[in-house]
Amino acid sequence: MTGLLLFAASSFVLQSCGPKDADISAAIDTQLKTIPDLAGVTASVKDGVATIAGECKDEATKALAESTVKGIKGVKSVMNNCTVTPPPAPAPVVIAPDDPLMKNVSDAIKDYPTVKAEVKDGVVTLTGELKKSSLSKLMQAIQQLHPKKVENKLTLK
Amino acid sequence: MALQDKYKELVDTAKSSGVSDLQVREQDNVLYIDGVAPSGSVKDQLWDVYGRIDPDFRSADVVMNINVSTMVAGAKAKVVTEKSNLNIRKGPGTDQPIVGKAAHSETVTLVSKTNDQWWLIRTDAGEEGYAFAQYLSPEN
Repeated sequence: MTGLLLFAASSFVLQSCGPKDADISAAIDTQLKTIPDLAGVTASVKDGVATIAGECKDEATKALAESTVKGIKGVKSVMNNCTVTPPPAPAPVVIAPDDPLMKNVSDAIKDYPTVKAEVKDGVVTLTGELKKSSLSKLMQAIQQLHPKKVENKLTLK
Repeated sequence: MALQDKYKELVDTAKSSGVSDLQVREQDNVLYIDGVAPSGSVKDQLWDVYGRIDPDFRSADVVMNINVSTMVAGAKAKVVTEKSNLNIRKGPGTDQPIVGKAAHSETVTLVSKTNDQWWLIRTDAGEEGYAFAQYLSPEN
């Protein structure tokens, strides 16, 4: 009799050990759909173990996917196989062509009659003399013209 | 990455002082820093930091292009020529005829931006024309 009770009790425990995989999976899907950042993420469930697949835009999104799935009732553990898409390479720096660059550089140094400038392949080379106190302002003016670089060979007074 | 280390303080300052659209790119051993500063004083601060890391800007390893968000149409700007008057021209170019002058330290109104180099401005005396942006500083 005792044995039978034990058997009944244990079978009851087995049956109520949590939601079924399919139910868990459905709950995960519902939850994932509420978070726009996780649009590319899917999860499958087997024996309460959720496996996350799909693409996450960054590590933070990947972590969010994991914590979201972990928070679903019945999920025992999570395998996070979400791939993080590498960020797009930054746009290359645009260097001004020499002709407009030279014209703009000429305008920029106009107020400094002792300064000369050359432009070659985007490199602006400054020569001549300049008051040290004017240097920062001149460099600001030249560097905003999209040069490749600015070689300062000015003699500072 | 070496350049990013050398100029870390500069980039950190840009980030912490609210520079928007900040782009820091390294290409052919030059660090290109672009962004929009919330005020002229933030821009000045960045140039101070840059000048401290690279005294007299001799290294030729940075091209920094910081605009100021308060330099917008309708705002006031101060004429920051060396000491002379600022030429106001008929069109955006030093080859354009001079149609007026703004005095050193005078305050003018920014009417519209032609490009990074030229602004259409109006003086308090009502003269209107194009002035070179480098001689205009935002009033904060």
